Amino acid sequence: MPDLSIDFAGIKAPNPFWLASAPPTNSGYQIMKAFEAGWGGAVWKTLGLPTINVSSRYGSLNYGDRRMAGFTNIELITDRPLSDNLREMEEVKKYFPDHAVIASLMVNSRSEWHQIIADVQNAGADGIELNFGCPHGMCERGMGSAVGQEPEVLRTIVEWVMEVAKVPVITKLSPNISHIIDPGLAAAQGGTDAISLVNTFKSIIGLDIRNFAPYPIVDGFGTNGGYCGPAVKPIALHMLKELAQHPDIGHLPLSGIGGIETWRDVVEFILLGAKSVQVCTAVMHYGFGIVREMESGLRQYMEEMEFGSIEDFCGKALPQVREWKDLNLKYQVKAKIDTNKCIQCDLCYIACEDGAHQAIRLQANKRLPEIIEENCVGCNLCSIVCPVEHCIEMVRTDDGTQNRSWAQLEENGEAPDSFDDPRAGGVGHYVPKPTDALKKLT
Amino acid sequence: MQMYKKPTNQQEYEENFALKNPLMDATEAKVESARCLFCYDAPCIKACPTGIDIPLFIKQILTENTIGAGRTTYATNWLANACGTICPTGVLCEGACVYRKRNQPPVQIGRLQQIAAQALIRSDYKAWHKADPTGKRVAIIGAGPAGIACASELRTLGHEVHIYEAKDRPSGLIIHGVAPYKITNASVLEEIDYLHKQLGFVLHYNHPIDQKTQIQNLESDFDAIFLGVGLDKTRLPSLPGISMQGVVGAVEFIEDFKNQKHQKDVPKEVIVIGGGNTAMDAASECARMGAQVSLVYRRPKSQMGAYEFEWQLAYRSGVRTIFSASPIEVLGDKVVRGVRFAKTISEGGHLRILADTEFELGAQLLILATGQHKQLHLFDLIDGLELDAQSRIIINEGYQTTNPKYFAGGDAVNGGAEVVHAVRDGKAAAIQMHRLMVER
Repeated sequence: MPDLSIDFAGIKAPNPFWLASAPPTNSGYQIMKAFEAGWGGAVWKTLGLPTINVSSRYGSLNYGDRRMAGFTNIELITDRPLSDNLREMEEVKKYFPDHAVIASLMVNSRSEWHQIIADVQNAGADGIELNFGCPHGMCERGMGSAVGQEPEVLRTIVEWVMEVAKVPVITKLSPNISHIIDPGLAAAQGGTDAISLVNTFKSIIGLDIRNFAPYPIVDGFGTNGGYCGPAVKPIALHMLKELAQHPDIGHLPLSGIGGIETWRDVVEFILLGAKSVQVCTAVMHYGFGIVREMESGLRQYMEEMEFGSIEDFCGKALPQVREWKDLNLKYQVKAKIDTNKCIQCDLCYIACEDGAHQAIRLQANKRLPEIIEENCVGCNLCSIVCPVEHCIEMVRTDDGTQNRSWAQLEENGEAPDSFDDPRAGGVGHYVPKPTDALKKLT
Repeated sequence: MQMYKKPTNQQEYEENFALKNPLMDATEAKVESARCLFCYDAPCIKACPTGIDIPLFIKQILTENTIGAGRTTYATNWLANACGTICPTGVLCEGACVYRKRNQPPVQIGRLQQIAAQALIRSDYKAWHKADPTGKRVAIIGAGPAGIACASELRTLGHEVHIYEAKDRPSGLIIHGVAPYKITNASVLEEIDYLHKQLGFVLHYNHPIDQKTQIQNLESDFDAIFLGVGLDKTRLPSLPGISMQGVVGAVEFIEDFKNQKHQKDVPKEVIVIGGGNTAMDAASECARMGAQVSLVYRRPKSQMGAYEFEWQLAYRSGVRTIFSASPIEVLGDKVVRGVRFAKTISEGGHLRILADTEFELGAQLLILATGQHKQLHLFDLIDGLELDAQSRIIINEGYQTTNPKYFAGGDAVNGGAEVVHAVRDGKAAAIQMHRLMVER
């Protein structure tokens, strides 16, 4: 039976499922309930300078009939008294000594950092997370993402923290930056024990188009929010990979955050180097019970793959993530349609026809699509739009003996280097005449 | 088998006659519209007699542009609400939905169409640009689906339109002949009211056209005339005892019943004879009025004119069906008390009565759904109007009859089809009439 327990920079937890610092970790009550439900750790909702919150705080990006494909909030760090939080933290640790309780912190001055670190250590926190991410509200007061976007400031604050920290320190990064390496490196240089990412994205989730105001609306007005939820996962995965592959950062334990909702998301984050994962939106949508699906799926996956521990597959996909120039240009796939499965919606046909490479035709007087082999570039689009499982598969057609990348072409002086170079890829590909488009309309 | 208690008040009546396809709420519509795949060259569009751009209006519902969705439906179908409610969608649009190819329920197109159509109706939105007046005048005989569709289209093209309707309300069979669990009269009238208000055709109720002088006047007053007259009363078969009290035609029964609702006197035992849609409706209605209903059809089930779903509806409301039995005699003494039948066998399309198979069923009401007469009296008044062997009006590809002043569509031409076919005919005929009138 796979062992799900982790040792994250010295913070031990029975499993890698942690609650991110957010509304679900606003109180000891919620965190105890979450641990009962199966969560292995929780990052307490950020403690720090006093705040006042607005009413009307969250907004949703719905897709079709699905709610919360993306989610936003303009809620600030905790607005509860520090003493209440510390007392509850102590109580949680008493009941759950083996679960990870991490205090997320956000203050201003060196002395404030030193004071609050001492407070949470006294309360029994297993670790500290530095909130350099919030892209709304707190950043206007010089904290949160205002720090995450200034690597020099970030490093200085990490250094202040490390002066007094007795428990492991995780630096949480903001994704609101062009190169995630910059703050990542600053955190590493400042001496952080670990990094977590991503915090939310600065965003406008949508507008009330009749009243001309952004959601969530506060008395007729709105502000930018912090965007998260399933739709941000791809961006988070990429940033995680950037840090994990970096020679001066990759040695640090990484905690993956961003749109994690299912066991598959969890596996993907671990494969790209995360040692623990943090979840918020999925809990805000479905409650703490959602962890049952994650745990069951993760266990099943690990059993099938014969992984004994998280360590066994942490970062296992990293070697397969390369730069584009190192991909094999000789590899070739082509679409294959199983017409027995086809329900004749013809989305593949029109997607290829209008959106890709005109490589599917409809059989004469029928709705059955067929691939025009010589036009198919193997782009995958038809197999992506097809609503039937395994109806369109991409099948390898090269013999696997040749391997030639752009980098190798350049190295050998074989890369096309003029605008109409006959060695370029699209030369000789079939493209209908522009005026053929007009014939189809009649 | 009796499955319904006789309704004694309006509330019980409404329970027994609850709508088969009720309006979805916004959440249900969101979920259902999200199922649509937006097929390329979608088969549902081709399966719709009026060619509604179904994937488009469904996508518009999903994106909360329901008024736009309504406009899409009315762009090709002038009775989008009625059709969305009563069309046999299972054999039309929903029958063609690609989901069926993987044994999944089709998208509920009809119910979504109701959402779209009703959104437009209730918005009272001015959705149509009316062309400048052409000075041409068109008379339409019959305010049924074909007539209303024809009138609406002609109005958008700038013609003056007068509709002459024999009854006191518009929409013909939808009001008088469609079962109340399929659509409410209120919903039907709301749609016509909206079109009437938006488009301004002139409606003349209680105005039957049945005299030569009227025809002569119409011909001199109008540039073209459209016949949307549908069918006439039930054609009763010649049987001993057929004129007894308690014997009625199905169309007449349904019309009367829809007016009287729960106050209609439906006796304990009812026999319905016939195998078409009207037979099923009449049988279902009597069953929902608490009667024990026997539906008898002279041919086997496979030759029924009714759709399978209509028979299912009757069957599930407790109607007992007897196939391959033909009535021999109506029993009773001035008042019907039953019918004697004999079993039949179908041999190469011909029915043969089997000897020694006679049986009797008791009933205090005998409803005959044995087809309807054509409006022959009216047709006789029109010079040069030719009919086919089944007394249907002959038209050319341009919906023009053999008297060039007259155009026709709907049941009078096809002998009795769906509302949606009449709606299609009305619009198509209007376009042809417009072409000829402005070219003349």
